[in-house]
Amino acid sequence: MACLLEAPLRISVLSEVTATSRHYVDRLFHPDPQKVLQGVIDMKNAVIGNNKQKANLIVLGAVPRLLYLLQQGLSSSELKTEVLGSELRTEVLGSELRTEVLGSELRTEGAVVLRTEVLGSELRTEGVVVLGSELRTECVVLLGSELRTEGAVVLRTECVVVLGSLAMGTENNIKSLVDCHIIPALLQGLVCPDLIFIEACLRCLRTVFISPVTPVQLLYTDPTVIPHLMSLLSRSPRTQDYITQIFSHCCKTPEHQTVLFNHGAIQNIAPMLISLSYKVRMQALKCFSVLAYENTQVSMTLVNVLVDGDLLSQVFVRMLQRDLPIEMQLTAAKCLTYMCRAGAIRTDDRCIVLKTLPCLVRMCSKERLLEERVEGAETLAYLMEPDVELQRIASVTDHLVAMLADYFKYPSSVSAITDIKRLDHDLKHAHELRQAAFKLYASLGSNDEDIRKKITETENMMDRIVSGLSESSIKVRLAAVRCLHSLSRSVQQLRTSFHDHAVWKPLMKLLQNAPDEVLVMASSTLCNLLLEFSPSKEPILESGVVELLCSLTQSDSPALRVNGIWALMNMAFQADQKVKGEIVRALGTEQLFRLLSDPDTNVLMKTLGLLRNLLSTRPHIDQIMSSHGKQIMQAVTLILEGEHSIEVKEQTLCILANIADGNTAKELIMTNDDILQKIKYYMGHSNAKLQLAATFCISNLIWNEEGSEADAMTGCQERQDKLRELGFVDILHKLTQALDPNLCERAKTAMQHYLA
Amino acid sequence: DITPLSISLSPCINPKMAELGAGSLLLGDPAFNYQEAELNERLKRLYPAVNEDETPLPRSWSPKDKYSYIGLSQNNLRVHYKGHGKNHKDAASVRATHPIPAACGIYYFEVKIVSKGLDFLSSLLPLSPIPGWDKHSYGYHGDDGHSFCSSGTGQPYGPTFTTGDVIGCCVNLINNTCFYTKNGISLGVAFTDLPPNLYPTVGLQTPGEIVDANFGQQPFVFDIEDYMSEWRAKIHGMIARFPIGERLGEWQAVLQNMVSTYLVHHGYCATATAFARATETLIQEDQTSIKNRQRIQKLVLAGRVGEAIEATQQLYPGLLEHNPNLLFMLKCRQFVEMVNGTDSEVRCFSVRSPKSQDSYPGSPSLSPRHGATNPNLHSAGADSPTCSNGVTPPNKNKSHNKYPGVSSASSSSSSSPSSVNYSESNSTDSTKSQPHSGTSNQEETSDSEMEIEAEHYTNGVAENPSARIMNGTYKHQEILQAQDISLGNGVAGTDDSCASRQLCGGNQAATERMIQFGRELQGLNEQLCREYGKNVTHKKMLQDAFSLLAYSDPWNCPVGQQLDPMQRENICSALNSAILESQNLPKQPPLMLALGQATECVQLMARVRSGSCSFARVDNFLH
Repeated sequence: MACLLEAPLRISVLSEVTATSRHYVDRLFHPDPQKVLQGVIDMKNAVIGNNKQKANLIVLGAVPRLLYLLQQGLSSSELKTEVLGSELRTEVLGSELRTEVLGSELRTEGAVVLRTEVLGSELRTEGVVVLGSELRTECVVLLGSELRTEGAVVLRTECVVVLGSLAMGTENNIKSLVDCHIIPALLQGLVCPDLIFIEACLRCLRTVFISPVTPVQLLYTDPTVIPHLMSLLSRSPRTQDYITQIFSHCCKTPEHQTVLFNHGAIQNIAPMLISLSYKVRMQALKCFSVLAYENTQVSMTLVNVLVDGDLLSQVFVRMLQRDLPIEMQLTAAKCLTYMCRAGAIRTDDRCIVLKTLPCLVRMCSKERLLEERVEGAETLAYLMEPDVELQRIASVTDHLVAMLADYFKYPSSVSAITDIKRLDHDLKHAHELRQAAFKLYASLGSNDEDIRKKITETENMMDRIVSGLSESSIKVRLAAVRCLHSLSRSVQQLRTSFHDHAVWKPLMKLLQNAPDEVLVMASSTLCNLLLEFSPSKEPILESGVVELLCSLTQSDSPALRVNGIWALMNMAFQADQKVKGEIVRALGTEQLFRLLSDPDTNVLMKTLGLLRNLLSTRPHIDQIMSSHGKQIMQAVTLILEGEHSIEVKEQTLCILANIADGNTAKELIMTNDDILQKIKYYMGHSNAKLQLAATFCISNLIWNEEGSEADAMTGCQERQDKLRELGFVDILHKLTQALDPNLCERAKTAMQHYLA
Repeated sequence: DITPLSISLSPCINPKMAELGAGSLLLGDPAFNYQEAELNERLKRLYPAVNEDETPLPRSWSPKDKYSYIGLSQNNLRVHYKGHGKNHKDAASVRATHPIPAACGIYYFEVKIVSKGLDFLSSLLPLSPIPGWDKHSYGYHGDDGHSFCSSGTGQPYGPTFTTGDVIGCCVNLINNTCFYTKNGISLGVAFTDLPPNLYPTVGLQTPGEIVDANFGQQPFVFDIEDYMSEWRAKIHGMIARFPIGERLGEWQAVLQNMVSTYLVHHGYCATATAFARATETLIQEDQTSIKNRQRIQKLVLAGRVGEAIEATQQLYPGLLEHNPNLLFMLKCRQFVEMVNGTDSEVRCFSVRSPKSQDSYPGSPSLSPRHGATNPNLHSAGADSPTCSNGVTPPNKNKSHNKYPGVSSASSSSSSSPSSVNYSESNSTDSTKSQPHSGTSNQEETSDSEMEIEAEHYTNGVAENPSARIMNGTYKHQEILQAQDISLGNGVAGTDDSCASRQLCGGNQAATERMIQFGRELQGLNEQLCREYGKNVTHKKMLQDAFSLLAYSDPWNCPVGQQLDPMQRENICSALNSAILESQNLPKQPPLMLALGQATECVQLMARVRSGSCSFARVDNFLH
């Protein structure tokens, strides 16, 4: 009922509002330019802080009109200079009359009259056209171009102020403004010499560009814009503030960074770091943090920049001082972090170890705002990701590991009861906090076993990861799996906490239909969980993981293919016949051989690893070789002939050695002279590893086991004879003198078997 | 309780076998002296609120408070273990010479592990209580990285530490917590709710263990000043945000009143009037009264105490008679000024110095100094207001002649428009007329003395010349310099730069007058003794003043300090306060009172062990 009653009421109110708003817009079309100016000023006062009014005016088409007035002013001022530029007039009329009227009050009056007359409307053009009439011309010439510009600038500035005010409204407002091509119009306005006007344009542009709905590319479409903005940086603290804000928000890609860098952003902005205005210092700092992010070129340049005799890194370090605003400390720490990650500052530099890192840890403390804690944790995670020493330092700084546990306590039970507003705030940040904490834990535990232990011993840590894996927010899931992955590098954790908390269950669930970035992390973690000593291996096998892994090997992403085949390799290690059979069946020989020709070396290596694991223990070797022997021998030949790294070849020779260990499989080598020649070649190779692997292979072929069957014995004899014929004995002889002790030992053993 | 190698805090230790003199203190060592100077400077900077006379800072390990197994060396900063280290009973410790003063706010020291000793021994030792140790000790142990708080069982706290590591300990006396640092990295809070009066302590248990302490001798590895700056900002924020509640609207009136009364008190008549006009407030005191006080103050500050006494007697009859102590002080000062050659009674004899009574020298420079002195500022601010005050500004020499009495060769002491004229004979008479004032009794005497002291104290004028930033001090040098320039003559003044400095300006007659005056002063003292009994202060004052005559160059003698123009300031403010009091006006401006209260409050905070006093310094707010 209430709804029904309300609906018509609302409409009538709305129409009333639009009616009053229409009045403002109509006045922009008034023939009297003074009325137009007054109309713009009234509009300015009406929209301040009133989002509804802003929306109304936009709907009623105020924006195109304002832009028209703005551009009209610009073009006519150009026209004016053209007209006035004729030398004759200025000289003849100007010099005479100017002296007469100058200093008298007439001058000002004249200016006012002229200003109002010529102001911004269509009339303006007329005004310029009418310049022929003597009086006008006199006035115009007399008062000089400055006054005329002033007059025009007043209206234009007011127009921009109204536009800026409209932009301060909702995102929809901004969309409408952008759709009306406000950006090119305002950028055009920056050419005007008047500082007040420029500042108004920049302020409006700033408001538009910092909105997420504005396509940043619009800043870069006209190649003259960036250099012009750079040149405006020296005009006033306001231009510095606005322009650096625009840069910070419009620098989203490495290309943007390069454009700004190439136009001298660093040299132009660096002096602002010691500006008297805090705002300017802060915006310059933010700009640098955006420019330096993952950009080696910028970072390398930054370290050598001097500001007032100090290195930029020292200036940044000073900004880390604890009594400065948190925003400044945090942003300065980001700059130093990015410079460090780009290799411009060493990770053991005092300014990183004793300043940046402790500052970031402080940002994680309970005293900071939730947003600051998120940023602090993410930046810290990024800073120490590649450096175990920094990880070790961070892990003992200010109880960081325990401090992070607090990130999971939002929304807290207290806030839920006492304060709805607070609850809302907490809820909004809860996901961000959790993902930041997971990221930081992942980074902390990526190398050091003691730190991993410390993390898993933190209150409810494993439970938190497990529930994080199934959270709705993809960001949290990804961070949680990253954390799990980092911890899964620990043998001890795999054996204990991972099994106790059955982390494999949510992990398996996560692997179904997850986006690629999650899949990479999850499958990589799964690889570790499938290691033979992991107690989770068994339940995972039973959950039908093979199909899933096989499908990963068909992915377009090399990382996923590697992880899939890697997991299968781990799974096949010392597995029973049933598992091996299942792997071969599920993967299919075709896919297996496709992987052997994979362009990614990692994939190839892990596939060879898988083959090697499959071809272990004699019965398994014989069985697999009896069914797939031909293809495998082909693949092996191909790899040994191809251009591959030592590691790949070694792995392949190891596979051959495994095959040679089989009972029936041996024959596949013995009957293949090509392969035997290859083995011979690698026994004489310059690389000891390959020599060893090849010798292993031969050694397996000539092996005679005591107590074995008579026919096997005869087979052995035959093989030994054939190998002697092919000259292997001589090579083995030589190898017994080899420098490499392993190789020497292996050759001697083989020779003993010959003699036996 | 302590296990091997711990950096700890303890309330006290009871050494089983105290051993003395293990350290070698080489006072003559120049390197040591240099280090000492550096230490003093660093400690002053770190702990500005600490009054070391009351609460000395720890500067080394105490050779008295230590176990016999502990050896000290290197100015008692290096500790080495010389016991057997076979079991926990062989553990030993040493504490610093003094407990940590609360006024530090935040205290920090570091210990460098020079040698960890033989590892196998320390690893064998169980964590069991060690007899002789006080309950309330707090430690961080190198072997296991545990923290120990008044018990034998530790809590996992930080990493282990070993040879080469620098371990720091920071005590926050504001929130009574403590954290340790390792190689400049903060390890986070170790203890909360710490008791007061803890000593820096170190415990060792392994042969070969050597540690070096740094109580400020060296720069610290950890940036403690940065940590302090955070707390300073916190405390300042707390002060700035302190709720002032209902009385918010009254602040402006209160502040205006404070400024106005301050200006009036010091006699800045024109400024006060202009301020009152601008703020539409009323000045309690009458204009003439302010000007009179201003004149008298200027006379005292210019060293013309005789004229000042005359003026006071004329303008405030009975005032000095009721304050015989004040009068005596003034007379003593007058004598000193005679020696100086500045008092008019001797000055009139001086050939080299014309009668210059017409110009009150350097009058505008009365303005109290805050922080750095700026002579330009003084003279710049001088011009206009003093003109309207009727006092000739020093840099307008020519205009002197417009005023009556300027050309008078007599010793008429005033020439200002609001002139009060009195002759030289008057002044000599006044000295004779002094002694008959007998209304005040002994109690009053002591009372007024105390008050003078109190005034001096609350104004924040510290005896220490380095604390010149306080209110209420006047720099006389500048006044005289201004005078020199304006008068264009070499006044035989007290200015150190003046080469022709002679007793009584070098005039024989003046010297005779001075001797005569000295006798009168002696007489006055004896009279006062008869009436009120002996007064030690008076006696000392007189002795000091007369001692000046014993030296050929009084300015460079042990009592020459008296001739410093700075010495006029105390007597000047005492006289001013006395005049104000006689007019039933507050003898101190509320601004000074507030400042004095704030200063006193901060000092009180230090005494009741509120650490935040360290960062709530009054001088932080005086710019």
